Amino acid sequence: MTPGLRLEGDFAYGGRTLFRNLALDLAPGEWTCLLGSSGIGKSTLLRLIAGLETGGAFAGSIAASDRQPVEGRIAYMAQSDLLLPWLTVRHNVSLGARLRKEPPDRSRIERLIREVGLASHIDSKPGQLSGGMRQRCALARTLMEDTPMVLLDEPFSALDPATRRQMQTLAASTLRGRTVLLVTHDPGEALRLGGRIYAMSQNGLDRFDLPPCESIRELDDPSVMDIQARIFSVLHS
Amino acid sequence: MSAKRSGPSLVRIWEATLAGMFLIILWQGVVWVTEVESFILPGPLEVAAALRDHAGLILHHALITAAEVVAGLALGVAAGILTALHLTMSRRGRKLLMPALVMSQTIPVFALAPLLTLWLGYGLASKIAMAILIVYFPVTSTFLDGLQNTPRGYLDLARTMRSPSRSTLMQIRVPAAVPALASGIKLAAVYAPIGAVIGEWVGASNGLGYLMLLANGRVKIDLMFAALIALCVLTVALRAAVGLACNRAVEWSGLADRT
Repeated sequence: MTPGLRLEGDFAYGGRTLFRNLALDLAPGEWTCLLGSSGIGKSTLLRLIAGLETGGAFAGSIAASDRQPVEGRIAYMAQSDLLLPWLTVRHNVSLGARLRKEPPDRSRIERLIREVGLASHIDSKPGQLSGGMRQRCALARTLMEDTPMVLLDEPFSALDPATRRQMQTLAASTLRGRTVLLVTHDPGEALRLGGRIYAMSQNGLDRFDLPPCESIRELDDPSVMDIQARIFSVLHS
Repeated sequence: MSAKRSGPSLVRIWEATLAGMFLIILWQGVVWVTEVESFILPGPLEVAAALRDHAGLILHHALITAAEVVAGLALGVAAGILTALHLTMSRRGRKLLMPALVMSQTIPVFALAPLLTLWLGYGLASKIAMAILIVYFPVTSTFLDGLQNTPRGYLDLARTMRSPSRSTLMQIRVPAAVPALASGIKLAAVYAPIGAVIGEWVGASNGLGYLMLLANGRVKIDLMFAALIALCVLTVALRAAVGLACNRAVEWSGLADRT
């Protein structure tokens, strides 16, 4: 059973409180999207969950719903693809296993690379790939970690609209069933992918639950348009 | 890919040839205009004759200098790499060694040449030691700089992948620092011959530095210039070979330079 995750607490950076009494719930096996303007603290929340350096002080708790440790059950995908330029696609995808000195599962590596459409580039280096291909490789690397929870920090924001849409579809299908937190500043992206959306503002988090959807949600649905309007009013308040 | 590369490299060879021809013409022009005595400044033709007449002698001494330079460069680069790795892994080592390393740079390495000759004798060892000393710091400092400036995203990724710190060092920080190390090694390839020749000037019975002093003492200035040209050729060849190897090693980074 895929666990959910709950973060609650306060965070201060350089003596300034970034958020207080904040509670963020990631529903098990669903996409949760975190929206907000730049500098509001979206990426800080994600980094806190990932156990990464934030430079500030957090007082609170981060716990998985199955009461097992969060550490070691999270995969992370950033805005920049973070592909190691000296490694091939194959070796980038198997980076986690290489770092942990685990024997690489070759058939799984090849299957994931095929799944993201990079089979013909398996021995290419990142410098030979387009921006979209690089992000697909980063997605395969994230999937290779096979963790129940996945954190995505604006992974598609640097892509052109057509490639972004392709990547969203690919990510929605390949990450189905996992607990995903997507940090984005694009309400459209959040509405397309999220089962739950948090809009982060100076006042804290506002939560919006969306109607269930099999894959990517179309934005012309009246209920979605209503939620979109409410999100905009929170973000611009 | 290779076709793309051969174009610019031919242009570079042509540019270098042109620059060399210009310098030779300028040199001959100075000799003609000033009518300076050949024991002060021999013309390029006299130097070419000296190169031809003493080719065996010059080659013998050049091979000895080359051996000193290559050994000094290899050992100095290895020592620099090991030091930078140690300083990266050990916070205490960094605190203790870094100030000493920086302070050591205030001592002119050239001033140590007589001491090295006294301690290690007139043979190859003192010249290799000079070359090691002169290349050690640039290699250490550039590699250390590279190791300490690994892109933060790579380290974040390694952390979320539960990478042991040694794996992060060897599989991410070291490869990411290779372009910085390559810059240090390219500098070292130019410095190493300087170290070896200074060592030969202070005390030696072989090598191009020794041959230059010998020729100077016997007022064979054409031979002295010929030895100097052999030293230049040696340095340029070494720098080109090292540059080629370094560029190949950092091809992925897009930082391979044109030199």
